[in-house]
Amino acid sequence: MTPELESAYSGRKLASRFATGASSVAVVLALLPLVAVFAYVVSRGARAISIPFFVEPIGERGAGMANAIVGTIQLVFLASAMGIPLGIMAGLYLAEYKATRLARAVRFSADVLAGVPSILVGVVVYAVVVVWMKQFSAFAGAAALAIVMLPLVARTTDELARAVPDSLREAALALGASRWRTALFVVLRTAAPGIRSGCLLAVARVCGETAPLLFTAYNNRFYNDSLLDPTSTLQVQIFTYTMTPNDDWHAQAWAAALVLVAIVIVLGVVARRLLDEKVPG
Amino acid sequence: MLESAEASAKMRADKLSAWFGDKQALRSISLPLVERKVTAVIGPSGCGKSTFIRCLNRMHEVVAGARTAGDVLLDGKSVYGADVDPVRVRRRVGMVFQKPNPFPTMSVRDNVLAGLRLSGITPPDPDAFVEEVLGQAALWDEVKDALDRPGGALSGGQQQRLCIARCLALEPEVVLMDEPCSSLDPVATAKIEELIHDLRERYTIVVVTHSMQQAARVSDYTAFFYLGELVEYDLADVIFTKPSDPRTEDYITGRFG
Repeated sequence: MTPELESAYSGRKLASRFATGASSVAVVLALLPLVAVFAYVVSRGARAISIPFFVEPIGERGAGMANAIVGTIQLVFLASAMGIPLGIMAGLYLAEYKATRLARAVRFSADVLAGVPSILVGVVVYAVVVVWMKQFSAFAGAAALAIVMLPLVARTTDELARAVPDSLREAALALGASRWRTALFVVLRTAAPGIRSGCLLAVARVCGETAPLLFTAYNNRFYNDSLLDPTSTLQVQIFTYTMTPNDDWHAQAWAAALVLVAIVIVLGVVARRLLDEKVPG
Repeated sequence: MLESAEASAKMRADKLSAWFGDKQALRSISLPLVERKVTAVIGPSGCGKSTFIRCLNRMHEVVAGARTAGDVLLDGKSVYGADVDPVRVRRRVGMVFQKPNPFPTMSVRDNVLAGLRLSGITPPDPDAFVEEVLGQAALWDEVKDALDRPGGALSGGQQQRLCIARCLALEPEVVLMDEPCSSLDPVATAKIEELIHDLRERYTIVVVTHSMQQAARVSDYTAFFYLGELVEYDLADVIFTKPSDPRTEDYITGRFG
């Protein structure tokens, strides 16, 4: 190697080392908030978590959050039951009629809806559902969460269904399958692993949503008698307890936060697993 | 053109033209497809041969912006009539594609049953049905122990025969094959050609191919397409020995294409 080349080469090596170092620092800085939040929630929450937390309803000293846990589960299930089928069907429509004017308009609206602050969704559901039913209810809360889920599920389905090769659609059509059977039994089935994981991520997202519930499911010190009653949730209970000057309630809020974070992480890990599950062929 | 071929036609294109948007891909094609014979459609890339067979089972219109003029007759009745459901046409006129496209999420068995299931039908004895159809496609002996494996796990040639089986399961009257061997090795190609030869007993077959050797081996009648037009149609023997159009002769002797 000539001396000129040698010096140019060592200069490049230096630049490369600098760039690698800088991006490593950036990664650490980016992860720092996540690790800090997680570590703090675990350390504060783990101290407060106990058996009564899971079995006793909300109340004074020694009470738990059983009714809030049940409420969160109710709401998330109900919201999923409304949001997931609707979102998948809408997404499938977007993918199968991707070039039509309606599909473009709906795709654009879904992207906008995904960016709307979730508290606005809560206000709208309050104005439409809560005012109409004249009370806060689990149903109204679930409706708000379903609206938050809808664009996420629809756009995920849209993207994944469009990635299904046209050769499979043609195969089905050439077998005399109608358009909707092709979409449902070939396109949806082929894209299913990805869509499942997208749905789980949408569920994880609404598990933590608090703002849309403040004016919809509201809160309840007891178990709700029906889905038409106000309902307590972990999210809103964290908010409520944090606003009090009561140390015991603060501890309860940390425990609730830990449970929520754990739920979100488990859903995220399962979603990742499903996504990695390779479709044969 | 051959009068005997006209008389025994199962299907017939009648002044058939086709467009993709503004681009005309077929120019007024009139051609008989003789019952229980193999008709090969040959010609250089872009000559409209694939478009032609896609018009026969109304798959051409699936592409956005595609349209046709003229007519296609099946047993003397138009498949483009206002009251004709393309879904019914496609069940009578099956299609095998260039690239094997078994459904990746379905097992070998389910791929065979897919056509019926997509129409909401389950045969009374599925196992016997699957064995019979795979037998027809000369695939049973190779996959009888792999019926529950995914369709995509088979070799390319086996996948293509699985696609043929999937098509035959609907008991079509006509089978259209769009360059069925172009992605296969010579051994797999020979098996498919043998299969085409056997299937002629029961089905009217149209094979698009860019291989003149293949057309000469498998077909009874051959049509030569060039730039969207039908240049010549005759018995395969005649086309490959005494073509009447100089363009056909140039093509089969390898002077262009």
